[in-house]
Amino acid sequence: MNLPLAAVDYIEPWWMVVIKCLVLAFVGLQLVPLVLLAERKILGRFQNRYGPNRVGIYGVGTPIADIIKLLTKEEFRPRTAIGWLFVLAPVLSIVAAFGALAIIPYGPVVDIFGTATGLYGIDVSIGPLYVFAFGAIAFYGLMLGGWSSGSKYSFLGSMRAAAQLISYEVAQGMALIGVIITAQTMSLTGIVEAQKGMWYVIPQFVGFIIFMVASFAETNRPPFDLTEADAELTGGYITEYGGGRFALYFFAEYLNVIVISGMATTLFLGGWLLPFGIDPPAWVDPFVVIAKILAFVVFFIWVRATLPRLRYDQLMSLGWKILLPLSTLNALVTAAVVVLLD
Amino acid sequence: MPWDPSDDVIEVVRGPKAAGGIGAVYRAFGETLRGLKTTLGQLSMGVTTVSYPEEKIPVYPRFRGRHRLHRFEDSGLEKCVGCSLCAAACPADCIRVVAAENDAEDRVSAGERYAAVYEINMSRCIFCGYCEIACPFDAITMGHDYELSDANRSELIFTKEMLLAPPVERTPLRAEGE
Repeated sequence: MNLPLAAVDYIEPWWMVVIKCLVLAFVGLQLVPLVLLAERKILGRFQNRYGPNRVGIYGVGTPIADIIKLLTKEEFRPRTAIGWLFVLAPVLSIVAAFGALAIIPYGPVVDIFGTATGLYGIDVSIGPLYVFAFGAIAFYGLMLGGWSSGSKYSFLGSMRAAAQLISYEVAQGMALIGVIITAQTMSLTGIVEAQKGMWYVIPQFVGFIIFMVASFAETNRPPFDLTEADAELTGGYITEYGGGRFALYFFAEYLNVIVISGMATTLFLGGWLLPFGIDPPAWVDPFVVIAKILAFVVFFIWVRATLPRLRYDQLMSLGWKILLPLSTLNALVTAAVVVLLD
Repeated sequence: MPWDPSDDVIEVVRGPKAAGGIGAVYRAFGETLRGLKTTLGQLSMGVTTVSYPEEKIPVYPRFRGRHRLHRFEDSGLEKCVGCSLCAAACPADCIRVVAAENDAEDRVSAGERYAAVYEINMSRCIFCGYCEIACPFDAITMGHDYELSDANRSELIFTKEMLLAPPVERTPLRAEGE
């Protein structure tokens, strides 16, 4: 019987694991400023304006200027804040975001310096559940941050975040069941390999749409940015944060966007696979994955430029009354089709 | 005791009930795609921003900017005779004129008298152009320069020398028919 586990029939030396960790962390850290800049530039173009173009050529220095500005600011906190939780919360967020980054596969197992190396942080046998687990920890970062700020806006924001993340995690998980049933494995590399014939975005189209909608909610991106809804909550859970701690939250948010884009790439867009039977050499694979991730990021920005923020009851009814039944139906239909075709 | 609504309580008219079910989901999906298409169309519209310090919107010929004092082109004498009509017309009271008698050997203006001191306080000026209308000799006109900010207030008091000097043309003028 074919157990739904990752096939780990090789052992990487410890130094390779260290190198991999460093490389993945650096790739993540490099992608975030890129996404930051891309967001502001592309959003500007969608709104018929330039976006930031003053720092450096074409505004390329903007993210680094932002980061320097934030890091050199004074660290302050409200008198009502609960000190150590207030400090810990953004750290939790960024740790969870980096943890989730480890799972995105950039390529298959290749031969580097004579050792078999997988082009991914880890290939856990529980695959997507790992991301959900880290998503749940990241949600503690939001919750604790909002609650320990000792401010009403922060508290409201974190309560919204709690309800929103819990609601949409369900739909997101159910949407993935279709993929897992089709691929018959939970290992992400296995899921990518299973998409050799056809990317899952075609047979699992409904699942893909549900996953994307739920992802927007999970990453607190517009149109689901109710947790920070600036018009009503002045900033939600990050109201009382400034300087480096705010930068951590900011980084975590964009890292989450990258992780979710990576997940969507892996699960629905065939990871490092290219369509029409193009089979490039192994060193191209990571670039294919990064290109797909960036394409998703652009889509995120595009949606941000398009859709207005949902009202809170609309958010809840969309999550529980539409996405959850639809994703359950999708999982059931997929299961039935797989059994019938088997 | 429960509240009893009287006749003048207006019943709230609500919009049509939102359709539920798969049809609504399908329709919402279509509408979302339509919205995405609309925003994507904006990408090809180009940028409407004017990058201000680098590019400027040309002003119209009658634009009322920084004042200018004029000289006669042939003799080089100042047109201003120090009559103070501009100062009288000025609603913001920002013009100060001190007149003096012309010396026959060393004429400053074409008239009997000339403006020994002519100051306009640009931080008070409202650019109404009344001074220009009041002037009987067309000695003062409104120019086109609007970039007048400075780091302190005393530097915004323009003296006669500054107003007489040919202005640094920093403002493009709108061409005929533009």
